[in-house]
Amino acid sequence: MIVRELELDLDAFEGPFDLLLTLVLREELDLAEIDVAAIVVAFIERLVERDELDLEACGEFLVLVAALLELKARGLFPDEEAELSELEPEQAAAELARRLAEYRRMKEAAAWLSDRLEVERDRFFRLGPAPLAPRPERKLAPQDREQLATALRALAVPPPPVSLAHMALRFPPVGQFVERFRSLLRKRRRFDFDAEVENLSRGEVAVAFLALLELRKTGEIAIEQAAPFAPIRISRSDVERTDAWTARSA
Amino acid sequence: MDRTLRLITSNPVDQLARTVEALLVIASQPLSVEELAEAAADDPQRIELALELLADRYREGRCGIVLERVAGGWAFRAAREAAEACARLFERPVQRGLSQAALETLAIVAYIGPCSRPEVARIRGVSADSAVASLVERGLIAEAGREDAPGGAVRYRTTPLFERVFGLESLSELPRLDDVGEDTGEIRSRLEAVAERRGA
Repeated sequence: MIVRELELDLDAFEGPFDLLLTLVLREELDLAEIDVAAIVVAFIERLVERDELDLEACGEFLVLVAALLELKARGLFPDEEAELSELEPEQAAAELARRLAEYRRMKEAAAWLSDRLEVERDRFFRLGPAPLAPRPERKLAPQDREQLATALRALAVPPPPVSLAHMALRFPPVGQFVERFRSLLRKRRRFDFDAEVENLSRGEVAVAFLALLELRKTGEIAIEQAAPFAPIRISRSDVERTDAWTARSA
Repeated sequence: MDRTLRLITSNPVDQLARTVEALLVIASQPLSVEELAEAAADDPQRIELALELLADRYREGRCGIVLERVAGGWAFRAAREAAEACARLFERPVQRGLSQAALETLAIVAYIGPCSRPEVARIRGVSADSAVASLVERGLIAEAGREDAPGGAVRYRTTPLFERVFGLESLSELPRLDDVGEDTGEIRSRLEAVAERRGA
């Protein structure tokens, strides 16, 4: 079976595999449009039809499809720094061959290990960490007591107080806003959060928002926001409930 | 001076062999000559002599237990003729077979280790995460530091258990792989042939 003559019927291309490769290499066909998986399926279908495993063809196909996939990947991610792309074709082939050979060597090593495991399957031995005897503590050279006292005295000095001067931010307590929103809701059924905090500093707005979350947690209020960054509307939770009830019974 | 005196008055090797024998029967992992010398408070060279004596006494076919040089030290194991009986009562150290992915990963770590998962993946062309995890779980490989770069990947090396399971004295007993190196030329010429045809 000749891989190059594999007939393909893809969305973007119809014809033999060899022509596809030629067109791709001449950049007359955008590889990004080509469904490589479909090529693989076509090949496998042909293989099944023939009912015999043609290793030569499989190997060649694998190399070609791998190259195709690599080209496609490069085309899809042009910014990716690929080590191979900077090499001349011949160097790239050499590098690929080196990698293949390295992998092949490791496969052979794996086969050797597998055989060895089979040969050595009769090995039985005791396992588990041995409880090792504790090492005798190393004796210290004679020490000067005065020196120890000096060292301790140096440690016993109270550390200088830590300055908090750089922490200029001061926040009002959350409770203050909780009370403020509560009294607001006693007067009005609804209010607009953004309007309420309009003249406050960024830090205060954050604390006010925390107060909102507190009130929501206790179930005192309902919060509504039509879309991200849209105005936040606050209402008494009983108001919302009444509305929902009205809507359902209507 | 002290050393010479000790040599003259020291016990005969046979008595030292009994001490070494006792140490080895207590140990659950191979003991190196240095470890034995330290524990027996004797000379490493005399320990070697004692070990030779014991290795002959506990050789395959003579005793139910066999003394062998393995994983950089000396350890007792069961004689092979008792393997079947052992298997009825005990689990083998690597009871379930290793998958192809695990074997390949193990080979890479054994030959080029310490190496990281990305390095294994680069050679095998597929992710090595689950193979590495299963080998760590079986105790055949273990973490061995990290790659040099900051945040570098964890590196793995094979464990003494690996050498014991595979019956290796050390990693240098692994067969050389150079003899398959000539394949590079062949693979290369085939790749070039393909490239030529594609260019045509």
